[in-house]
Amino acid sequence: MPTNVLTWMIFLPVLGAIVVLCLPRNADTLIKGVAAAFTVPPLLMAVWLFENFDRTTSDMQFVTKIPWIASFNIQYFIGVDGISITMILLTALLSFLCIFASWGITKATKAYFALFLVLDAAMMGVFCALDFFLFFVFWEVMLLPMYFLIGIWGGPRREYAAIKFFLYTMLGSVLMLVAMLALYFYTEPHTFDMLELAARSASYSSRFQSIAWIALFIGFAIKIPAFPFHTWLPDAHVEAPTAISVILAGVLLKMGTYGILRINYPILPAATLQYAFYLLVALGTWNIVYGALCAMAQTDFKKLIAYSSISHMGYVMFGMATLTTEGINGAVLQMFNHGTVTAMLFLLVGVIYDRAHHREINGFGGLAGIMPFYTGWTALAFFAAMGLPGLSAFISEILVLLGGWRNYPALTVVSASAVVLTAGYMLWTMQRIYLGKANEKYLELPDINGREIFTLVPLAVIVIVLGVYPRPVLDLINVSLVHLNDVVMGKASVALAAATRLVP
Amino acid sequence: MDQAALSNVVSLAYSLPELVLGASVVALFLLDLVVKRKALLGDFALLALAIVVMLSARLLWSDSAALYNGAIVLDGFALFFKLLLSLAAFVTVWMSLGSREIQRSDTGEYWPILLASTLGMLFMASATNLLMAYLALEFVSLTSYVLSGFMRHSRRASEASLKYLIYGGVASGTMIYGMSWVYGLSGSLDFRAIHAALLASNGVSLPLFVALLLTLAGLGFKVAAFPFHMWAPDVYQGAPIPVTAFLSVGSKAAGFALMIRFFFTAMAEPAGAGVYQLVGGADWSKLLLVLSILTMTFGNLAAITQQANVKRLLAYSSIAHAGYMLMGFAVLTDDGLRAMLFYLTVYYLMNLGAFVVVMMVANSTGREDLAGYRGLAWRGGAVPAVAMAIFLFSLTGIPPFAGFVGKFYLFAAVVEKQLYLLAIVGVLNSVVSLVYYARIVRTMFLEQPIGGEGAVVVDWHNGVLLGLLTVGTLLLGFWGPLIEFAGRSTHFLSY
Repeated sequence: MPTNVLTWMIFLPVLGAIVVLCLPRNADTLIKGVAAAFTVPPLLMAVWLFENFDRTTSDMQFVTKIPWIASFNIQYFIGVDGISITMILLTALLSFLCIFASWGITKATKAYFALFLVLDAAMMGVFCALDFFLFFVFWEVMLLPMYFLIGIWGGPRREYAAIKFFLYTMLGSVLMLVAMLALYFYTEPHTFDMLELAARSASYSSRFQSIAWIALFIGFAIKIPAFPFHTWLPDAHVEAPTAISVILAGVLLKMGTYGILRINYPILPAATLQYAFYLLVALGTWNIVYGALCAMAQTDFKKLIAYSSISHMGYVMFGMATLTTEGINGAVLQMFNHGTVTAMLFLLVGVIYDRAHHREINGFGGLAGIMPFYTGWTALAFFAAMGLPGLSAFISEILVLLGGWRNYPALTVVSASAVVLTAGYMLWTMQRIYLGKANEKYLELPDINGREIFTLVPLAVIVIVLGVYPRPVLDLINVSLVHLNDVVMGKASVALAAATRLVP
Repeated sequence: MDQAALSNVVSLAYSLPELVLGASVVALFLLDLVVKRKALLGDFALLALAIVVMLSARLLWSDSAALYNGAIVLDGFALFFKLLLSLAAFVTVWMSLGSREIQRSDTGEYWPILLASTLGMLFMASATNLLMAYLALEFVSLTSYVLSGFMRHSRRASEASLKYLIYGGVASGTMIYGMSWVYGLSGSLDFRAIHAALLASNGVSLPLFVALLLTLAGLGFKVAAFPFHMWAPDVYQGAPIPVTAFLSVGSKAAGFALMIRFFFTAMAEPAGAGVYQLVGGADWSKLLLVLSILTMTFGNLAAITQQANVKRLLAYSSIAHAGYMLMGFAVLTDDGLRAMLFYLTVYYLMNLGAFVVVMMVANSTGREDLAGYRGLAWRGGAVPAVAMAIFLFSLTGIPPFAGFVGKFYLFAAVVEKQLYLLAIVGVLNSVVSLVYYARIVRTMFLEQPIGGEGAVVVDWHNGVLLGLLTVGTLLLGFWGPLIEFAGRSTHFLSY
């Protein structure tokens, strides 16, 4: 198992999808059970990875490298380092939980769970791939299930949202394709191996780096989504079914920032240095403030959370752009924390939507008296999203701001004050939905049920534990990120010889 | 390897596929007089094509040779196309046997004409002489006019056939005029002699450019490249579905085969390291580059405005795909040619597959309009709907389908030559194409049937074909030997 564990994590869900497709059409519970069963092994393997991951090295671990398409020197090359392992943990956990969050699906269950498992596999693949071509294939494969999941099981404007998501992401990825090919032909001998590309970064001319950086960045920025490429996100989120919103916000958005850290940073370090100091940091700050202001103006609960995601992803970009140990550690920690917190938020929106069939913030009121437990869970998630000390997001945001203070004191002040805006819209929403006079229509709403609580508990535990004791994640990521930061700052280079290790 | 061209009699041994095909055409015409059940003729044609495919495959192990005193050649390139074209004809015959339209017309001449058209295409793939090339191309054109107008009682089919004939007449007239210029400039009809004459002369670049421009009219007509594409939408819409499928794949492939051989052996020469250089001073690679951009952009933009008829939409899509393939042409490298051949193979799978689905829907419901696909996945047609989605996403160029790999190789060849602008235009076109391909997918999956669309039945005959094409689209893209075979097939015989 040790060397193939990642391959299993990627392809078990594919196997699951095939099994699901072979089940009888009307056996709903069986289909859901089988789908759930196929997300358990990856989760256990993720825990095993967490246990056995060597935290003292920035090298790739659990590597598998097999030649694939010889004429283009393409390899099936996968492995993990500190940056990807957190994302793999997050993906495995959220995929597992989202099967349960999808328990209420009744329309074409077989297709839904098969597509969901394919999506799961593609996400795993993106985070494991170390060959650029392989990365690109997984990146694009992900679009297909997502398109159908939003388009078939989504809300009233699902068709529009689905195609908008598809077109935006594809627009970004084709630019990535051209940049990828340009990199391939720029290196001698031609290669798609990300580690080799990074090792040769010194040979890329600065003009080439700048152009390739921008092409790749647009592809990733659409996914984050960074202003001005963010407009697909609110639509997609509002229309997507609950579980898909969770995956979208929890995992897919992270792929944008992950891609920048995995590809732009090590492969094009000179351009990174050049762009991080104005473009990336400016976009990060703007995302924080703009997202928060937009969130404040929303009356749709889900749209509000969607805009808050844009705001919180701004912290990730800001942290990355600081190019300091604290900032970059904070950024990756924030990626993980946002994944858990925002997953909770979307699950909670789903709970109320399932009961009331609408999400108008002003259409509720006094839910605290009607659904006390639900209100309690929401309060926890809201406080986490606000970055309250003692909860996970506080640590990552403070690290990002600490890192930022050294290089950009003014922008740090702006970003830090956006926390007030976040608190503003979160508390205001709290007040409108949960406090005040109860809406007559909803007096009979049942409180949150066992299955819904089951999906929230693991996330809540993580949010609280990491809020008090963030070491488990920081230890995982720190060595890799310090090394990456040194590479960008020109203090270290990616040494090919030591870059791959087979077994921990 | 320098060797003399073989004499006519000796050459016959190398022409078994063509001989079998020719004999089958004659046999079919004669059988038509005695056989009552015309579907039997179709079975006969299917058998004949299977034999042709096998005979062509057997030639892979024989040496290349110049045949019939140099009028045609047998080399890796010709064989690649012979296999592709006879396989395209095979699928077309298979489709025709399962097509309601063809069954209803119940006329025996359909089968020999289809086979005759294939025969012409095989000659197009191996012609090395302008006269032979012209004859083969005209032969294909004439049979295609008949095939596209085969539904005699349909006004639309008659209109299509007539339009095809008129446009085709103009195009081939222009082409033969261009060929006469080439003859005037080089004093020969033989590709090799033209090449030698152009090498020896200099200062003919402008007249040569005009000559090539005129010649391109005929060739561009066959591959449906802008601005010679006008026939495609009407003919695709009016012709019976199997014929449309045959035209979109076979005609295009044969056109590209002749075009590549003419331009790469007469108008260019290998300059080492897998790169070609132009001969005669006329820069046709730039011309084709512009043509490529115009063709794909026009095809895609026009397809977006097409809402109603799926066959018509696929016609515009096939124009766009001609544009993508021209990219591989314009870069003047072995890698570009290899990408083009690979793309043709992949295009064969996914485009024929899409037409099989169109035919299945038309068989069951008699409809070809987009509204006839509403909620296809939810009214018993889940299998064809899923297959159609795979073909359409493959045509868009989304992994893991074969179409993505094909486009990847094409774009790789373009980026290798550092034609970044062309690459950007190409990838943006892929995004644009998603709009209309996804529209069909949306209609099939995201919309619900509103009643009255009729159920879609998957029969065994068409189901097998659909399954094979789907599996091919899913798996062949990443299958290493295919790209290696395409790579080996880019070598022309020089004798």
